Amino acid sequence: MTEETLLSARGLSLHFGKVPALVNVDADLWPGEVLAVVGESGSGKTTLLNVLSGRIRADSGVTWYRDPQSRLHDVHAMPAPALRALHRSDWGFVHQNPRDNLRMSVSAGGNVGERLMAAGNRHYGNIREAAIDWLAQVEIDPARVDDMPRTFSGGMLQRLQIARTLVTHPRLVFMDEPTGGLDVSVQARLLDLIRSLVARLNIAVVLVTHDLAVARLLAHRIMVMQRGEVVETGLTDQVLDDPQHAYTQLLVSSVLQA
Amino acid sequence: MVPMLQVDSLEKQFTLHLRGGLSLPVLHGVNLTVHAGECVALSGPSGAGKSTLLRSLYANYRADAGRILIRHEGEMVDIASAPPRTVVQVRAKTLGYVSQFLRVVPRVPALDIVAEAAPDRSQEKAAALLHRLNIPTRLHALPPATFSGGEQQRVNLARGFIGGHPILLLDEPTASLDAANADIVIAMITEAKARGVAIVGIFHDAEVRNRVADRLLHVAPLQDAA
Amino acid sequence: MNGYNFAYLDEQTKRMIRRALLKAVAIPGHQVPFGSREMPLPYGWGTGGIQVTASVLGAADTLKVIDQGADDTTNAVSIRRFFARTAGVATTTDTNEATIIQTRHRIPEKALREDQIIVYQVPQPEPLSKLEPSRAETRRMHALAEYGSMHVRLYEDITRFGHVAISYDYPVMVNHRYLMAPSPIPAFDNPKMHMMPALQLFGAGREKRIYAIPPYTDVRSLDFDDHPFRTTRAPQCCALCGADDSYLDEVVTDDQGGRMFVCSDTDHCETRQAEGHTGTGEPIAREAAE
Repeated sequence: MTEETLLSARGLSLHFGKVPALVNVDADLWPGEVLAVVGESGSGKTTLLNVLSGRIRADSGVTWYRDPQSRLHDVHAMPAPALRALHRSDWGFVHQNPRDNLRMSVSAGGNVGERLMAAGNRHYGNIREAAIDWLAQVEIDPARVDDMPRTFSGGMLQRLQIARTLVTHPRLVFMDEPTGGLDVSVQARLLDLIRSLVARLNIAVVLVTHDLAVARLLAHRIMVMQRGEVVETGLTDQVLDDPQHAYTQLLVSSVLQA
Repeated sequence: MVPMLQVDSLEKQFTLHLRGGLSLPVLHGVNLTVHAGECVALSGPSGAGKSTLLRSLYANYRADAGRILIRHEGEMVDIASAPPRTVVQVRAKTLGYVSQFLRVVPRVPALDIVAEAAPDRSQEKAAALLHRLNIPTRLHALPPATFSGGEQQRVNLARGFIGGHPILLLDEPTASLDAANADIVIAMITEAKARGVAIVGIFHDAEVRNRVADRLLHVAPLQDAA
Repeated sequence: MNGYNFAYLDEQTKRMIRRALLKAVAIPGHQVPFGSREMPLPYGWGTGGIQVTASVLGAADTLKVIDQGADDTTNAVSIRRFFARTAGVATTTDTNEATIIQTRHRIPEKALREDQIIVYQVPQPEPLSKLEPSRAETRRMHALAEYGSMHVRLYEDITRFGHVAISYDYPVMVNHRYLMAPSPIPAFDNPKMHMMPALQLFGAGREKRIYAIPPYTDVRSLDFDDHPFRTTRAPQCCALCGADDSYLDEVVTDDQGGRMFVCSDTDHCETRQAEGHTGTGEPIAREAAE
């Protein structure tokens, strides 16, 4: 319980012109914890993800990251090389559209191996072995290691993106609607995969989703955002089963029951 | 003797913002103490707040006032005020809950659902428990979404009991079971009590309730906006 | 010389290019932008190399120009004549005699010396150009030494062909820091760049970039530990001088499939012949060649 946070943000505010994207947002993430950020489009959840991961700067506020040696870094004061190196090693980013992250003209194995090569791995056999191992872990037939991603289905592309991201064993992964745009059956398989990988590898995740069911299945804690403000936060099942804020009650009551 | 679970002056009301802030008080001044090896059944008419109380004990619902002390790793933790991470840990180690309905990730086989809840993730123990609850081997590898209501509930029970939690909350554990399967569940509850597990449950069936409960806690309906 | 400044370019332009060259030598392998001028030759004919040569050329220098190793091809002849006319410097085809060697696509077989400068003509100075279309991004990648994606390209080659299938312009790491395109020289020539006593200068006219390798600088071809860099050459001996260690050109001799393999470095070949080395002198039939 005395364990320290992996990522902590205090007082993040950001305006796009007159539109408030973030209003005095605090957030904490502990190692191995999945935090879902939910809200409708335009609520600021993706902006929060981009600020927490250092991809864009807030007008005010601070984001601290604790590295494996337990040193604290102000994410927005880090030199660009250090932040980029972090994004290739201890952090990962899973995009909604896997094509934004994958190299579509490079084989599956090359895609998975890139972060290893960027980290200085110079042994072809080892890189290829790691790639094959990771394809198996994300339930892609290892025989397809030399195939081009363009021959993969949407669900396979998303799983390939996850393998490419996790190959360096990051402790913190940012996910932006990772199951968006997929068929329901494919989505279920991916959810199960993400859930088991995250639990087994003890990865902390900041998960942005508009889908409350996804948040319920994956997240320990949840933050509900509306117009850039965090209106409610707490245990996932508590917030979804006993919502306190009017907006959360509206969100929960708007979900279609299958 | 140190209680496993102690509730002091628990209050819970729902505020429905979508209905103009309508306030529904459900629980008021609830006190309850449960010791190891004891089973307390919640009684009262439908809609009196039995499920609300049970869910509050699991911190699934947030208490408005009062304390819910759980004996977790030798210390009394108030999960009504504890930070979410503490609640997650209390649930993982100490506090088990068997809901009325199974809610799981689609596509995961029944055996894995149960094994994942076991402290050692043992597939053998999971299979044994499913067999004891009359879930045949051919169903173990299937996701329970297509199972009958009774089968789903038995998977849910297996998942709840395999964790070995010292405190168990049971919401209608025998509701959709036939007599033979209900007997098995009753036997499992009795064995758990003998191991020293503290149990709070809602048992709709009076016969089941009489066979497992040591005490009753009567939950009376509150007047609206009383 | 009539009507032209020495070596065609005006002195201000040469000073500008020399400043770029100094910076390039100071940061081995790093691409330095420069104000490339219009030359009386089209882009792609060595305008970058000519401007670099013009800037380092002195009246006492002896210039050699080669194209694909040969002194007698159109590009080599016209550039050599260009400097003979505009600078009045001595020219030569003898690698030994030259103080400045401008080259397209080859490094002479004969080891170069400390008192020599080799000037490469470069069509594409950016080794990451095929991997990353944004120049802003490739500059960032160089600045941060983020070269993982280049190894992805090698990985893909080994996966597809069993070996790295880059036969020319094979990327090198200069001084353990900058990834550099060696210009379209065959990979066979890459090892010659490593710890070379001569100063190596690179000019890309169209792309407006200059870079350099100072004498005795570490130059390594990219590879994997378990797939080390290897050079390849045609498995024949030169038909004219019998050399079995030089880079060979395949010359088609008739329309019956007959061909000869001869040294691509004409000076090297002629020197050896003058020393009495001989080859078969005969074209080889198609079957024998394979």
